[in-house]
Amino acid sequence: MLDDFLVRAFLAGAGVALVAGPLGCFVIWRRMAYFGDSLSHTALLGIALGFLLGIDLELGVMASCIAMAILVVGLQQQNRLPTDTLLGILAHSGLALGLVAIAFLDRLRVDLMGYLFGDILAVSTTDLAWIYAGAALVLALLILVWRQLLLATLHEDLARAEGVRVLPLRLLLMLTMAVTIAAAMKIVGVLLITALLIIPAATARRFATTPEQMAVMAAVAGILSVAGGLWGSLIYDTPSGPSIVVCALVLFLTSLGLGGLLRRA
Amino acid sequence: MTNSSATLIETSGVGLTLGSRQILESIDLVIAPGEIVTVIGPNGAGKTSLLRIILGLQKPGRGKVRRRSGLRMGYVPQSMSVGPTLPLSVLHFLSLPDRQPRQKRLEALNELGIGHLAEAQLYSLSGGEFQRVLLARTLLRDPDLLVLDEPAQAIDFIGQTELYRLIDRVRRERGCGVLLVSHDLHLVMAATDRVICLNRHICCSGEPETVSQHPEYLSMFGPRAAQALAVYHHHHDHHHDLDGTPVEEADSTARQTEQQKENSHAG
Repeated sequence: MLDDFLVRAFLAGAGVALVAGPLGCFVIWRRMAYFGDSLSHTALLGIALGFLLGIDLELGVMASCIAMAILVVGLQQQNRLPTDTLLGILAHSGLALGLVAIAFLDRLRVDLMGYLFGDILAVSTTDLAWIYAGAALVLALLILVWRQLLLATLHEDLARAEGVRVLPLRLLLMLTMAVTIAAAMKIVGVLLITALLIIPAATARRFATTPEQMAVMAAVAGILSVAGGLWGSLIYDTPSGPSIVVCALVLFLTSLGLGGLLRRA
Repeated sequence: MTNSSATLIETSGVGLTLGSRQILESIDLVIAPGEIVTVIGPNGAGKTSLLRIILGLQKPGRGKVRRRSGLRMGYVPQSMSVGPTLPLSVLHFLSLPDRQPRQKRLEALNELGIGHLAEAQLYSLSGGEFQRVLLARTLLRDPDLLVLDEPAQAIDFIGQTELYRLIDRVRRERGCGVLLVSHDLHLVMAATDRVICLNRHICCSGEPETVSQHPEYLSMFGPRAAQALAVYHHHHDHHHDLDGTPVEEADSTARQTEQQKENSHAG
């Protein structure tokens, strides 16, 4: 097969995009773009903790993202601080703590660039298995609670008054997002994760007339971005993570033009 | 007493304190099937808190809420903002959170005279259209008690009259109880069986005509309240005169709004 590592890179990116599409729709609908940023900022802390505890660093990242998600949902229940303030505090404290912790651990050499911008070309076959198992689980859960989650997104009290259990739903959404972000970190890096969630979903919005269509189209747009970005990075010798995001942006801009044309026709 | 005529919901001694603020105090409230009860009161009177307690969204700090067993409640929230980022048609919205047969959904929309909105996107609806869609949605769930929070707030006067007429019709056809929260006085008076005047505690309650003369009511809403009612009655007489129908006080205020609507259609 041609360039084995490139095929693995594409499959890994496509697996993450498959989940990032539908989740990105909820990020847009619920206006929680900041949430993705906050979760990814705690990744460095996860790396440091993973090293201290002597566990796999990616497991550390995953655990820190999940802990962060649970913390956010829990603190939201308090209703003392608005969510964006809360996220701002947690995100930047997490980032700062992570950087300080890493500075203390001189034996730990972290490829900072890799975490900031992703290292998709280093994906192993085991990584692939994890990504697709996780993606299948997340998608199955999303389909299971889809209608309830949509109603809770539209109006939380209305959903509650009709017997939808909103808190477990919110926790589920946050946790699936935490897991997806931890996985996406390898693909596009900390700095660009929110882009992978939001841009394909925004692109899909131009063409979708139902929420389901938007979710599927967002996944497709994400996969196309991964393919195009990897191809571009191969040809122009550019970093793969940013190339994927640039490709997603090009798709989005094209969709703006196409959307305009379709509306005029 | 058969189950269908039993009290829908009953609160006894319900109170609520948030932080150091006393929101509600010893609220005793009973809603029977087929009656329209309206809660009015100034801003900060605890109207929304009371409604949330009745819906089960908020636990009361004190007192008890008894619901008839198996009570189905339909909730029409005050407003709902759906951004254009979420593509969702009216028909699709009616199938949340449970799938409903298409025929049933269309019937509910037609019942409220908005069949033409079936394929419309939620974010493109006007305030009045949205209220009716929400009302249609509750009908699908065949509620025993309809709860509406400030249903007329986002709507102009004609739309309000129309909405109250619809609520009244739903009540008559389905026999469900209706709990309204409102602060627009004259319309409330027109379309309700019982008014509860709330200002942390229940100041007074009873038939609209009685409450509107109550000193506590007058002191709460001031002379303007009486005026609003007077304007309403003037309106009332006027329309009936045009139709050549004899004028009677206070008996059929709901019918009046209907007639008013018919007139506006004919004209």
